[in-house]
Amino acid sequence: MEILVCARRVPDTSENEIQLNSAGNDIERDELVYSINEADNYAVEEALQIAARVGGNVTVVTVGGEDDEEILRRQMAMGANHGVLLTDDAFSGSDGRGLASILKSFAQKGNYDLILTGVQAEDGAAQVGGMLAAMLDYPFASLVSSLGVVDSKKLKVGREIEGGNREISEIDLPCVLSIQTGINEPRYVGMRGIRAVASLPVPTYGVAELGIDPNAVGESGARVRRVDYFVPELGNGAEILEGSREENIDKLLELVAAKGGLK
Amino acid sequence: MPQIFVYIAHRDGVVDDSAAELLAAAQKIDGSASPIALVAGSGAELDSVCNSLRSSCNEVWKIGHEALAYPNAELIRKALVKVLPPGSIVLLSHNHFGIDLAPGLSIKLNASFVSDIVEIEGVERSVLKVVRQEFGGQISAHVRCDISSGAVITLRPGAFKPRESASTNGSVIDKAADVGTLTAGRRYLETVVAEAGDVDITRHNVLVSIGRGIQEKDNVAIAEELAEAMGAAVSCSRPVVDAKWLEKSRQVGSSGKTVKPKVYLACGISGSFQHLAGIKGNPFIVAINKNPKAPIFQVADIGIVDDILEFLPELTSKVRELQGVAAK
Repeated sequence: MEILVCARRVPDTSENEIQLNSAGNDIERDELVYSINEADNYAVEEALQIAARVGGNVTVVTVGGEDDEEILRRQMAMGANHGVLLTDDAFSGSDGRGLASILKSFAQKGNYDLILTGVQAEDGAAQVGGMLAAMLDYPFASLVSSLGVVDSKKLKVGREIEGGNREISEIDLPCVLSIQTGINEPRYVGMRGIRAVASLPVPTYGVAELGIDPNAVGESGARVRRVDYFVPELGNGAEILEGSREENIDKLLELVAAKGGLK
Repeated sequence: MPQIFVYIAHRDGVVDDSAAELLAAAQKIDGSASPIALVAGSGAELDSVCNSLRSSCNEVWKIGHEALAYPNAELIRKALVKVLPPGSIVLLSHNHFGIDLAPGLSIKLNASFVSDIVEIEGVERSVLKVVRQEFGGQISAHVRCDISSGAVITLRPGAFKPRESASTNGSVIDKAADVGTLTAGRRYLETVVAEAGDVDITRHNVLVSIGRGIQEKDNVAIAEELAEAMGAAVSCSRPVVDAKWLEKSRQVGSSGKTVKPKVYLACGISGSFQHLAGIKGNPFIVAINKNPKAPIFQVADIGIVDDILEFLPELTSKVRELQGVAAK
């Protein structure tokens, strides 16, 4: 099975406090630690496991700049056969539709049976997979938390719905799935693994190679734009206990006891 | 102003709670809007849902088809594309169904798409101004969306307060004839109900709930010791289940359990909206997190900026000490 995984490099929210920059128009990016988007990492692992079971190749693709090559190499170290960087000045400022149309152009150059994305990235939009599927006229399932290969024509997928329940469906190939975190246990990649793939080529594609109208993507093609970031005024935020740890523990227990929280 | 449609989810013939939020949001886009309810389904359940919406909507579009007995997003998308006029604005809830349906619907309608909005600031010359959150709620963004060729918009569940609206006597319009044949590449088979775990977190008054801040599986014992001392149960947020440190049955949130404790100790939990959606009944929330920017501090009653790996063991000792004193 030929599998394409769309991944993105994002600021790692478990490693960073996200703060407004001094100009107030963006987040402070100077000392951010970046990594592959968490859900995308699960998507790559799922692709590798499918390829190991039924055979095939895994290609990981991202839209971005030269800094983003780092995550492609990391996924190649995990076992992906190919990493591809879609990069062009014209891509900058793309909205979700723009990203999906760039990915569509790349997907159409190959012959992929299955295309995976993570459920969502740092912007929480959860949009690119569903858009890409509609552009390709492929069936789509979001929030996929279990996946089995039925035969060369279809998969059985479980979607995470409310209350921990799962909705099981059969889906025809080729299709697009957005993969939920927790579906598998992504393998660990060490420095040695990354060094081993350091010299492998990572091809790049721009508007010319992809046959994209530069005005349809990037800032000029975007119908949705983020104007700025801001920190909302807190309504009733928490009362922050500012004492020593010991004082905070005493105060906390006093309040919790008053609420009936101690046996 | 384009026509606004609200997609009404329903189950067992009952309208989903999100309907009132969608109608409130439609009013925020256009105060004089008369939103049209879109209801897809089949049989008597569909009729009963449509009828119950007549008191809150002037127009209800009934999209009936036997293939729509189960809400399969692909089939519903195909039906909506046939029914909706060009340039429409369609509002849906940003839940597992909206996430499944809305992005593809926007492509097929050639409409703009903006998801998971938490506020609507208004419309200026075909530009809708909304607020979204990014980075798990750590920061907000002003977003502008061009609605000149229509828009599909999903709303953060719970973000829009339902409004008192004048009761109306709307009409139900049958759109079945526009739908025609429907086939899908994805076919629903069954729903697998969540397994009951060893501990039922929904029945506890006090929850010691842990998140990513617990850092590794071996540290879960720190929370278990505190819970035991307090007579509480250990629950958790999604990353703890993803990492397989606790069973899914311990997860609080929209894709986990809904809990109603009296006291909720959120330990190393950032506080995504999906997690908060699982906490009901207005408990006393204590947040302990080393990141002072964590969104959990916006909703907690009491906040402590500290490292849970150091704080919780000391808290446990203190609880035991107090109980030792009380026992004497």
